[in-house]
Amino acid sequence: MTDSIEPAGLAVRPGEARDLPPQPAARRIDYNERRAQQVLAMGGGDWAEVTARQHAAGDDELMVLNMGPQHPSTHGVLRLVLELRGEEVVSCQPVIGYLHTGIEKTTEVRTWVQGVTLVTRMDYLSPIFNEAAYCLAIEKLLDVRAPERAQALRVLLMELNRIGSHLVWLATTGLELGALSMMLYGFREREQILDILEDVTGLRMNHAWVRPGGVLQDMPEGTEAKIRAFVDEMARKADEYEDLLTNNPIWIERTRGIGVLDEEQCLDLGITGPMLRATGLALDVRKTEPYCGYEQYEFDVPTATSADVYARYQLRVAEIRESLRIVRQVLDKLPSGPVMHPDPKIGWPARLALGPDGLGNSSEHVRHIMGESMEALIHHFKMVTEGFKVPAGEVYLPVESPRGELGYHVVSDGGNLPYRVHVRDPSFVNLQAVPLMVEGGLVADVIAAVSSVDPVMGGADR
Amino acid sequence: MTQPPDAIQPVLTGLRDSFPEAIKEVGGHRGEVTVELDSGSLVEVATWLRDHPSARFRLLSDLSGTDYPERPDRLSVDYHLYSVDHNMRLRLKVRVGVDDPHVPSVTGVWSTANWHEREVYDFFGVRFDGHPNLVRILMPEDWEGHPQRRDYPLGGVDVQYRGAHVPSPDRRRYKGGWTST
Repeated sequence: MTDSIEPAGLAVRPGEARDLPPQPAARRIDYNERRAQQVLAMGGGDWAEVTARQHAAGDDELMVLNMGPQHPSTHGVLRLVLELRGEEVVSCQPVIGYLHTGIEKTTEVRTWVQGVTLVTRMDYLSPIFNEAAYCLAIEKLLDVRAPERAQALRVLLMELNRIGSHLVWLATTGLELGALSMMLYGFREREQILDILEDVTGLRMNHAWVRPGGVLQDMPEGTEAKIRAFVDEMARKADEYEDLLTNNPIWIERTRGIGVLDEEQCLDLGITGPMLRATGLALDVRKTEPYCGYEQYEFDVPTATSADVYARYQLRVAEIRESLRIVRQVLDKLPSGPVMHPDPKIGWPARLALGPDGLGNSSEHVRHIMGESMEALIHHFKMVTEGFKVPAGEVYLPVESPRGELGYHVVSDGGNLPYRVHVRDPSFVNLQAVPLMVEGGLVADVIAAVSSVDPVMGGADR
Repeated sequence: MTQPPDAIQPVLTGLRDSFPEAIKEVGGHRGEVTVELDSGSLVEVATWLRDHPSARFRLLSDLSGTDYPERPDRLSVDYHLYSVDHNMRLRLKVRVGVDDPHVPSVTGVWSTANWHEREVYDFFGVRFDGHPNLVRILMPEDWEGHPQRRDYPLGGVDVQYRGAHVPSPDRRRYKGGWTST
């Protein structure tokens, strides 16, 4: 009896499907062909061009390999179309754009202050640099200068952020080249930096802490001691990293003589930052065009001469040490005073304070605008909803990010919204060098070369 | 308008002597110098600026576009140059109309212009003549329009590759939307 029981509610019963006439053979072939085409249909970028060239050449030894965009060794959604002959890379074409979010366009419909929360999301490993460069560009247009304490705090957080960014580079590159312990160490120390950033800004990433005219809030009590303890510890940790890697035969094998770019090639390709300094040219925006008072601090610009992945590794560790030097100096001579420009037409009107329900507008400020002064309420309302106006003009403002020159080309038409914000992101520019570094080398070295660029796709694609 | 910094004066003098009819305007703002050029002589001027001993602008820092819809030649392409040898910056500006936006490519002068020019083409539709591979770089290949132009709608359009719909900003949160004053 159980055989005749059929599941209720089925539109097509199993028995009926079997009664259908069999599909003609031709259609099945069609389907298989279509499916085969779909497997190969990886349009976009330069894939079609590369495969067409390969078919035309009729070279059976040549293999086209699509590395990325979802590949653990490409630092995010970077796609490399590689042409391989055996292990040798014949050609390489980077394809980007997978993380494009239209931040530049979005800034045009948000006020100048709101733009900070957008630009901080571009290069997510160095958010403070994005904020600082954007705000410095606005300050240049406004022709104002943030108070000394705000400048010093910006330098403090930028340098801590630089250490954090270089640690991520060390960690991920170590992971990719087989030094797994380096990955654990790098992220362990970066976690402490993120804790400090969280103490000061309230957030681990996407801080929106640097504001036009100053910074959002002062450093809370107790943070200075925390930073000093970290700085002392970090100097020892940098020694440990060098003990682990500098004379490690596997590390040397994987990095020495790989991805060499000389000074002329670097400048022609617009490459800045550690990659350019690895050729021996000590170009650093902090020295050549100081901002935020970098001229007050004593630090060296480390250089190397071998211009390969190993040199870039040595440079980044040396830069961690220089950043620690700067952090110590900032803490030693941290000026007192306000952290926001005194002009009430620039500074954010609200004051933040810690309440029983977390961080929010200070109750004193709320009492003032709600109970005491109508003018203060109107001013608060106008500043928060409409923002301030910036005189018409255009500026280009570069800062030295961990990856190189981060430049903001900001245009104002005199209104309360940016007219155009264009970001020269070092990841975007430096990625152009990948073909030059890897062509003619082995496919295994592609990983090391791409990694030494330290690309952050959030910044490259924006 | 502030006066251009002193270091760059020999460059400007040299430019005026060598290319008297190519330079349309020299301006300064907040200590930055902008030289507006006729697009026809862009490559010659760029080569001169890169190679002349008084200039040596070996690094093309940035290349970006801006759209000024109220102007007849509404698309502006800005070249931000940096001289490593003399530690100075200079901005070149070339303006083109939207109907026939052709600008000579400077990829032969600075290789880094390759991706920058692709980006400006992608977002503003400027055609760089002589570019080795002028295709979109950040937007999908089959995208229609050039999104960074000021008249490109923000929201209120179908998301082209998904068939989804994004409401216009005034229906999202701010009544009437933000306006530039």
